[in-house]
Amino acid sequence: MRPFTYERAASADEAVKAAAATPGARFIAGGTNLLDLMKLDIERPQHLIDVARLPLGAIEPAGGGLRIGGMATNSQVAADPQVRRRYPVLAQAILSGGSPQLRNKASVAGNLLQRTRCAYFYDTSKPCNKRAPGSGCGALEGLNRNAAILGQSHACIATHPSDMAVALVALEAEVETLTPSGEARRFPLAELHRLPGETPHVETHLIPGELITAVVLPPPPAGGQAYRKARDRASYAGGLASVAVAGARLALGMVAHKPWRATQVEQALAAGATPAEAIGEELKDAATAGRNDFKVTLTARLAMAALAQAEGDAA
Amino acid sequence: MRTTITVNGEARTHDLDPRTTLLDYLRETLRLTGAKKGCDHGQCGACTVLVNGLRINACLSLAVAHDGDEVVSIEGLGTPDALHPMQQAFLKHDALQCGYCTPGQICSAVAMLEEVAAGWPSQETADLTAPVLLTPDELRERMSGNICRCSAYPQIVAAIAEAAG
Repeated sequence: MRPFTYERAASADEAVKAAAATPGARFIAGGTNLLDLMKLDIERPQHLIDVARLPLGAIEPAGGGLRIGGMATNSQVAADPQVRRRYPVLAQAILSGGSPQLRNKASVAGNLLQRTRCAYFYDTSKPCNKRAPGSGCGALEGLNRNAAILGQSHACIATHPSDMAVALVALEAEVETLTPSGEARRFPLAELHRLPGETPHVETHLIPGELITAVVLPPPPAGGQAYRKARDRASYAGGLASVAVAGARLALGMVAHKPWRATQVEQALAAGATPAEAIGEELKDAATAGRNDFKVTLTARLAMAALAQAEGDAA
Repeated sequence: MRTTITVNGEARTHDLDPRTTLLDYLRETLRLTGAKKGCDHGQCGACTVLVNGLRINACLSLAVAHDGDEVVSIEGLGTPDALHPMQQAFLKHDALQCGYCTPGQICSAVAMLEEVAAGWPSQETADLTAPVLLTPDELRERMSGNICRCSAYPQIVAAIAEAAG
């Protein structure tokens, strides 16, 4: 790892002030993704601001829903009685990601901001517009088995790997942040991540140095919930595709540069389409790169299975 | 950076480069070589130790971030003369071949039983609101963060099931 300096923030206000004042600073919470990428020389922070111990880990009722502190660990959220009873899709999504060891360390905020697992992003000897803007995309004509099928650009076909975020988008969660100037902001989680466009290295709409302090869930929607994930082994593997259903809402994971709210599915279902017809509406825009052609069929079948499971859950 | 960590019950203070991972601190600074460096990227679980009672990958954690924490490694669970019941069960069931993953497996299993006792669910938990039972499928899923390349899994599962009682 390259040298860096380290400080433990005493408060959220101090953390954002330090981030604004220090060139090359990054927040670190669980560190399970950031340290991995630092060892590989992909992330090169000059200064780490440790926010893991800030008092931002509470999971508490809020406005009929639930506020989950940004520093709550993935394990804590999945084990929370309110989450398990009212938002099972969120517990299921979290429990399908990583390993128990990783979930014990990984934070909610960090989970949202984890980087893609695209092989070209990880290989510093290869071109990657996300890691080295302007260098090209090795995945376009390379190993693109797990590449995006929706919303991608000629500059980047990487996917967002989070399970948790897919469930949160289906639940219409909001994000609370603290800006570098100390102002609190709140906006829909669906507006946190960007599509790659010409600037795949810019992954979110956060201001540099902005800290995610909480995720806020509205009351759960009427109807069943389900999370389904397809991957190469039964556990402890990144997904090829996933589907979260919460009532009449549906989100897709690992098929785009961000957790993908499937609004066309929702509208078609509301208009009386069958599940197969509805998912077909969303996937008619899908574009594939060769080795990931199968993900269109996989996503459609997974969505139909998740819708059926959610219907069973509601009954 | 001056860092004090309580390791296996003893407070230890060292001046550490911030780059030092908790795993390298245990192995290189303290010469506690029970926790193993397998992949060094959080993919194999050989470095699993307990921090404040929870199992984590020591390779994906900075030692300076654990200032004030309590760490237990395999050396703190039992001694050759007084093995931890989980170590005893691994011996009885011959739950290893090369042994490289074993310290991580044992630390992980000890903490896993605490997670079950606390009622934490896993992806194998069909009813998230019902009490958690350690079925064979639950046990395998909960130990999925520890890879054994010799594939001693049947014996590992048997050993943990016995230690779980």
